[in-house]
Amino acid sequence: MPRILIWPLAVLFLMVPGAAPAEDAELGDAPGRALARQAVMERERWTTADHSRFDTLNQEFKSGPEVTRACLSCHNESALQFHQTIHWTWRDPKDSDVGKGGLSINNFCINIQSNEPRCTSCHAGYGWKDKTFDLAQQDKVDCLVCHEQTGTYKKFPTKAGHVVDEPTVFPESGETFMPPNWNKVAQSVSRPTRNNCGGCHFYGGGGDGVKHGDMDSSMFKPSKALDVHMGVDGQNFDCVRCHTTEEHRIAGRIYATPAVPHRKSLIEDDMIPKIRCESCHGATPHKRGQKANDHTDKVACQSCHIPEFARVNPTKMWWDWSTAGKKRDGEQKVMGPLGKPSFDMKKGDFRWEKDVTPEYFWFNGAISTLTAKDVIDPTGVVPVSWPLGEPADPDSRIHPFKVHGGKQPYDKVNKTLLIPHLFGKKETGAFWGNFDWKLALEKGMDYAGLPFSGEYDFVETTYVFPTTHMVAPKEKALDCAACHSRQSRLAGLTGIYMPGRDRMDILDMAGWGIVLLSLAGALLHGLGRIIMKGNNRKEGNRP
Amino acid sequence: MNNGANKIKIYLYSKFERFWHWAQAILIVFLLITGFEAHGTYSLMGYGTAVAWHNWLGIAWLVLYVFIVFWLLTTGEWRQYTPTTRKLIDVARYYAIGIFQGKPHPVKKARDAKHNPLQRLTYMGLSAILLPAQMATGLLYYTYNNWPEWGLSGLSLAAVAALHTALAFLILSFLVIHIYMTTTGHSLTAHVAAMFSGWEEVEEGTEVEEWEKASQKI
Repeated sequence: MPRILIWPLAVLFLMVPGAAPAEDAELGDAPGRALARQAVMERERWTTADHSRFDTLNQEFKSGPEVTRACLSCHNESALQFHQTIHWTWRDPKDSDVGKGGLSINNFCINIQSNEPRCTSCHAGYGWKDKTFDLAQQDKVDCLVCHEQTGTYKKFPTKAGHVVDEPTVFPESGETFMPPNWNKVAQSVSRPTRNNCGGCHFYGGGGDGVKHGDMDSSMFKPSKALDVHMGVDGQNFDCVRCHTTEEHRIAGRIYATPAVPHRKSLIEDDMIPKIRCESCHGATPHKRGQKANDHTDKVACQSCHIPEFARVNPTKMWWDWSTAGKKRDGEQKVMGPLGKPSFDMKKGDFRWEKDVTPEYFWFNGAISTLTAKDVIDPTGVVPVSWPLGEPADPDSRIHPFKVHGGKQPYDKVNKTLLIPHLFGKKETGAFWGNFDWKLALEKGMDYAGLPFSGEYDFVETTYVFPTTHMVAPKEKALDCAACHSRQSRLAGLTGIYMPGRDRMDILDMAGWGIVLLSLAGALLHGLGRIIMKGNNRKEGNRP
Repeated sequence: MNNGANKIKIYLYSKFERFWHWAQAILIVFLLITGFEAHGTYSLMGYGTAVAWHNWLGIAWLVLYVFIVFWLLTTGEWRQYTPTTRKLIDVARYYAIGIFQGKPHPVKKARDAKHNPLQRLTYMGLSAILLPAQMATGLLYYTYNNWPEWGLSGLSLAAVAALHTALAFLILSFLVIHIYMTTTGHSLTAHVAAMFSGWEEVEEGTEVEEWEKASQKI
């Protein structure tokens, strides 16, 4: 009999030799890794010009535009190219109302109108101090902020993109800004590095990690654990390794226009930008036969490979403007956890978080944003920006996002979001000078040329950032059960049936009902047999 | 039940028959365990592991099933599964009443008739409808990513999943009843033992009626 038992077991195990899903580390690279390695093999930088030997860069400079003119004396197309890009216009080429230079709203400092000198410290230009700034000027392009490599060139936070002429302390941070050594700075130019891009993009929203969640100062010199591509102990990519550039147009999303129209790899088209994961990794990057390859048509790589964002530095998750303007227990600033303020009289209440689990939405690469002209429904939470995409769209994927919440002013009569005049001298009516909401809103909306009824309140809003940096090493990629379970990360995502997450409750109830009835029936039947057997025996024993 | 009649042993289940029975039993049990984990009912080995095993087990079952069908057809054993209503009521009455009164089973097992009418009906439904349907829905579920190229984009994964789950519940119910029914032999383990050894103990002098015989040519 034991021999007979072994037989089927032995055959069973013979039939499922590959059943153990454990990954064999000794096997070769996944095709997607091998592909990407080939796509980025050349790492040497080369140049045919030593900028320190150009006479024009050895002249005496007094200002940024003077340097720009020197640059343009050779690179005579560069300013004109740059003028066409979002880095210069801050507007959606399809709709001039849209964009941070237009009337688009966010739930951080809300809008640039009337607040220019503060916001445009991150404009790659000089002197955008108000709406009269002429965007056609070539020498107002700031070549240095993107190209200088000394790391000493720092635009002052409130000078409309200019640097300082003498050492100046920025009171808000206590940091001293130094005037640049123009010649050194100008002669150091090269292709942009992380220091150039990060100088603005890691500080979006006016501080480290305020806006993005997947970009902050920890990305200047990230470890491989924080970002497999940029890790200094790994591939050590600069931003432009993926954000490839043509005529100063840096690959990336432009508001409602996706970074690239179609998902392709360099093998299908070697002229595409390397901006998407697929560009280098292909559409089925995992080892042959891995189920993950069957997911890439619906799930963005980022969804599994960025399990959390803000893994080193905290990021701002909530900003409530409604409490701004009044001191809190006599204090202008209150420090909260994670070494970040939880309250600032100028800005209201904040919540900072670390190791944040993203939220997931269908995403085709485009994001729609409200402008100050759009009518809102203030009875609920108002999405100020939201990802576009849907389950049936072949270009849409389930993608992770940082969702920044907050409360911001809106017009109770016109049902529009309001632009406050935040930054400026007291006599201009700026909120940060007077702490008078009504006055600041009147000034801001008037400047933007938009109506304001005079009646305002605060409405809860959300603003989204696609999470795409901080790609974790593959060992840290999400486990199946992170989504395929009752406690799914994708709990709110509709339009698909997900095994493990979804079920028909009525079917489960009926199913278990039948199973339990079968079990109960069997047990009762068995019990009946035991009892009756006893009875029968007793009856049989009677004389 | 043991009413003192003389018992003789007859060889009822051949080697391959016993093999396929137990192999299928093991496969179905593990398919149920991994399947309900993939369904999200509990967490045992992890979703990914459960799904990977479930896929392999499912394919193994399909292969085994092909062999079973081939065996049934070539040996003529399929005739053991031809349904009949003869004595069906008697058998049902036996399990409902007679068994409690210690009455003998109305249909004796024999080499030519190893299944009683109730078994014939159940096993026929199981092996001809329920199990193939489960394999078909499982295979469809497994090949979800190929649906568009097969022109099946209109198919709903939710519907296939629901059907597959519903059938799994029915198979689990069958399993419960089936295991219980093994205890209704002349001893609690008699039927199980027979399924291992192939030898079933039956009463001496059992006459198999003509209609029950599997070898009878139809």
